[in-house]
Amino acid sequence: MTNTKSIGQLLSRGILSENPIFKLALSMCPAVGISTTVMNGVMLGVAVFFVQVFSSVTISLFKDQIHPRIRIPTYTLTIATWVTVIDLVLAAYMPGAYAKMGIFVKLIVAFAIITMRLEMFACKENVKDSFWDGVGMGLGFLVGMVVIGFVRELLGSGTILGYDVLGFKPLLFFILPCAGFFVVGLMMAFFNWIEVFYKQKRGVRS
Amino acid sequence: MNMKLRQLLLLAFVLLLPGVLQAADLIKEKSFSGANEIKVLFTGTVDAAIVGDISRYIVYEENDPDIKLALTAATVTDGGRGVILKFAEPLNSANTHVVSIRGLNGAGAVDFKVSKSYLGYLLSILISAMLINNFVFTKYLGLCVFFGTSKRKSTAKGMGVVFTIVMLVSASMSWFFYQYILIPFNLNFLQIVVFIGLVSLTVQAVDTILRKVNPVLFNSFGVFLVLVIANCIIIAVPLILANSNYNYFETFMLALGAGGGFLLALYLMSSVRERLEIAKIPSSFKGLPIAFIVAGQFAMAFLGFSGLKLF
Repeated sequence: MTNTKSIGQLLSRGILSENPIFKLALSMCPAVGISTTVMNGVMLGVAVFFVQVFSSVTISLFKDQIHPRIRIPTYTLTIATWVTVIDLVLAAYMPGAYAKMGIFVKLIVAFAIITMRLEMFACKENVKDSFWDGVGMGLGFLVGMVVIGFVRELLGSGTILGYDVLGFKPLLFFILPCAGFFVVGLMMAFFNWIEVFYKQKRGVRS
Repeated sequence: MNMKLRQLLLLAFVLLLPGVLQAADLIKEKSFSGANEIKVLFTGTVDAAIVGDISRYIVYEENDPDIKLALTAATVTDGGRGVILKFAEPLNSANTHVVSIRGLNGAGAVDFKVSKSYLGYLLSILISAMLINNFVFTKYLGLCVFFGTSKRKSTAKGMGVVFTIVMLVSASMSWFFYQYILIPFNLNFLQIVVFIGLVSLTVQAVDTILRKVNPVLFNSFGVFLVLVIANCIIIAVPLILANSNYNYFETFMLALGAGGGFLLALYLMSSVRERLEIAKIPSSFKGLPIAFIVAGQFAMAFLGFSGLKLF
């Protein structure tokens, strides 16, 4: 049991040490598919954030009533319910952004990261911790999407959130869909390199 | 009594048949040619003054009868046995077009339908889902499982085959539920819940059946079944077919194409990754980062399929 964990630890774990996109390499599809602008990343990140938090809290509330044998179908149906809610809310209030994200909002239901958090954390811990764990993981995903969107938008069209900052378009290639693979791959390598670099430094000191 | 009734009906049908087939009798061949042309070949010589007059034609798409398509020219060919109709705008040859000629057969109008062969259309759905719109490389779906199971060729093949089978079964079931339950009862907002439930059910069913029927196969393929559920393609296909209102055969072809495309992508990727294992690459690129970059190159290669038209 990790009841002693503070809120800060739970949050930082989701954002940094167990970042869903860069560290766990889960839910990659939207990170590659629609991260062409920062705005897209923010929108989908917020949607995933809400689904993650709500599902974590729901499962944590009912964890004593769920028979272990049927826990996976229960998780799936819980997530599907919350995805339907978010899907309908987005379609009603933000039709423009919803059209851009297309099928990906509905596909949140198949994201491995949400099911994994429910299985590993929410079904064992109390409601408060599950809530903060959900917030951490949701924010981690949001941060990952925004970072990728930032790089692709800046390099591809020279803008940030639609505002022109560079005044020219450095590499149109980054707006092309297949560049998503390259950006994610290079960023993963970059984070690996930083980790290795720091470890070596610490090793030299001690 | 019943027998007699059937005979009577048959007789009536045979007697009425020539009336039904009359229009078809007059037309020997009809097909799309080029982007904005329809080619018609008649069984005999026809009056060039009638066939060559564009005001005698009414052409529209079968599912849009109110929008008449504008003709620019009707050229008589083959010594008065054929005609080429030229249209102002390119035709969408995926749809069935209805052509009606007034005054060709005495006073009445002759109607006939022009369409591509249905089998070709179905095959084009299959090819499109497999290559042109490959779910992994051009739609960016199912990546978690794609990167997870493409390390070995044997794993890749197993996963691809199991995935295709589950895909076919669950897409068929989803289509049935969507057409006969969700639409009649106006339950469209339950799409996601119903489809994911059906997928889970299919996976569980295949698991149980395979375990009893063929334990040997289960031992080699059973582990992949759990992974199928975490694959977004399996839920994306029902959502797509609900969106585009496919009939059963189209659904089947889309599911087959999605599964086949996934198998193809996995096999290609695993062949490369087996070689990457022994290649010298910078340590920070080892594992997933280099796999992503290889996938990006595959995605660029698959861009080459866009615009491919076979049928």
